[in-house]
Amino acid sequence: MRNPQLNKHGELQHLLTIDGLPREILTAILDTAAPFTEVAEREVKKLPLLRGKSIFNLFFENSTRTRTTFEIAAKRLSADVVNLNVSTSSTAKGESLLDTVDNLCAMQADMFVVRHAASGAPFLIARHLETTGRDHIHVVNAGDGRHAHPTQGLLDMYTIRHYKRDFANLTVAIVGDVLHSRVARSQIGALTTLGVPDIRVIGPRTLLPTDVEKLGVRVFHDIREGLRDVDVVMMLRLQNERMNGALLPTPQEFFKVWGLTAEKLALAKPDAIVMHPGPMNRGVEIDSAVADGAQAVILPQVTFGIAVRMAVMSMLAGQQGGNK
Amino acid sequence: MQTLDAEALCQALVEQMRPHVTPTTALLGIHTGGLWLARRLHQALGLTQPLGAIDVSFYRDDFGSKGLHPQPQRTDVPFVVEGADVIIVDDVLYTGRTTRAAINELFDYGRPARVDLAVLVDRGGRELPIAARYCALTLPEPLPASQNLQLECDPSGALTLRLIDA
Repeated sequence: MRNPQLNKHGELQHLLTIDGLPREILTAILDTAAPFTEVAEREVKKLPLLRGKSIFNLFFENSTRTRTTFEIAAKRLSADVVNLNVSTSSTAKGESLLDTVDNLCAMQADMFVVRHAASGAPFLIARHLETTGRDHIHVVNAGDGRHAHPTQGLLDMYTIRHYKRDFANLTVAIVGDVLHSRVARSQIGALTTLGVPDIRVIGPRTLLPTDVEKLGVRVFHDIREGLRDVDVVMMLRLQNERMNGALLPTPQEFFKVWGLTAEKLALAKPDAIVMHPGPMNRGVEIDSAVADGAQAVILPQVTFGIAVRMAVMSMLAGQQGGNK
Repeated sequence: MQTLDAEALCQALVEQMRPHVTPTTALLGIHTGGLWLARRLHQALGLTQPLGAIDVSFYRDDFGSKGLHPQPQRTDVPFVVEGADVIIVDDVLYTGRTTRAAINELFDYGRPARVDLAVLVDRGGRELPIAARYCALTLPEPLPASQNLQLECDPSGALTLRLIDA
């Protein structure tokens, strides 16, 4: 079966998940993002690439950083951006997701950036567009349920490549609530595809998916053992809002065992970098001293995220419905 | 068609430009051939402003039909554009569309006092009202669209021009 994200020429048509994307495409996105980082230093922080295109930010779930960076990325590419806030939208009046999409298509949408609490919602939209012959319209997944958050995974890869140059000899640890994290799934997919030889997943049994080893990672239930000699520490947010039932005792106790402190970070390589997708829970998964410390690259991640999203949107908009 | 000696053309271009440049003239080479040429000109003319490099991928007018050029390079303008005397450098002048894109991109960095264009070869076939102030060779007959004139650069910086059937 053809990957639904690629057109028949093997070019990126939608970005729904990192799973199944060949290494060449991931590398092309990172390579394309590099020159976009420089736009922020100009007098005029705008490129004319997406002039006249309409991009709809469809956020059915809260987000500040992701929605804002997508909006800035689209605006720096000269696109017109429309932000739809779900609480004031017709979804609240009972309109179905695909009816909303059809209505926005009737307003000449060129691209949808979708965040949804249901895993697979962006895929549903992409398939709907394809079966109705509207393959000039592109979909970017900005996070769906527990499934995927591909632009976050890509900006994390960009950050790692920026500081570590190469993926070939790295040891990368992903720490915390992997079970509820779409970010972790995208990170693992990207790290595997880009050839990172040692990917570690560190967390309590209750917050790791069963059979997580099958994704090609090594599992550690002891954070001190897991962090030893790693090059990159990727922290995850403890996702209280996605939890049902008693998966952990209290945030304070979680911090005591799993929180990243300077003392635990000292076990990693001296030049290890610390990443976090945000929003951070200080004193829960990460200590303030580490979050604000010299090894943290959490704010550069946000800045790189703009360039990576510019790269994705311009690569997608450059494909003119190649399935025809 | 006569063989083109890129080194001799480069020397001729330097002599054309020399009476008109000042130490504060800024050079901006268009990736990739124009940048190779700009490096040579920058050195030969003894310019003190750091050399700029420009990739016009994000400003091309064929994005709508061809999409994004693969592997765009970094644009690097290390001098203050506002009020500057800028010479855009490219290896071959053809339709003029690359030059237009470069001028547009340059203006997003500020308002230069003056912009000129220097090229090694004008191959004819213009589609826009653009002309080079400095040009080492204008082909007597426009080159057919089926042919490409391509600049190459060896590791020592020596330039050669090659005629390729597209």
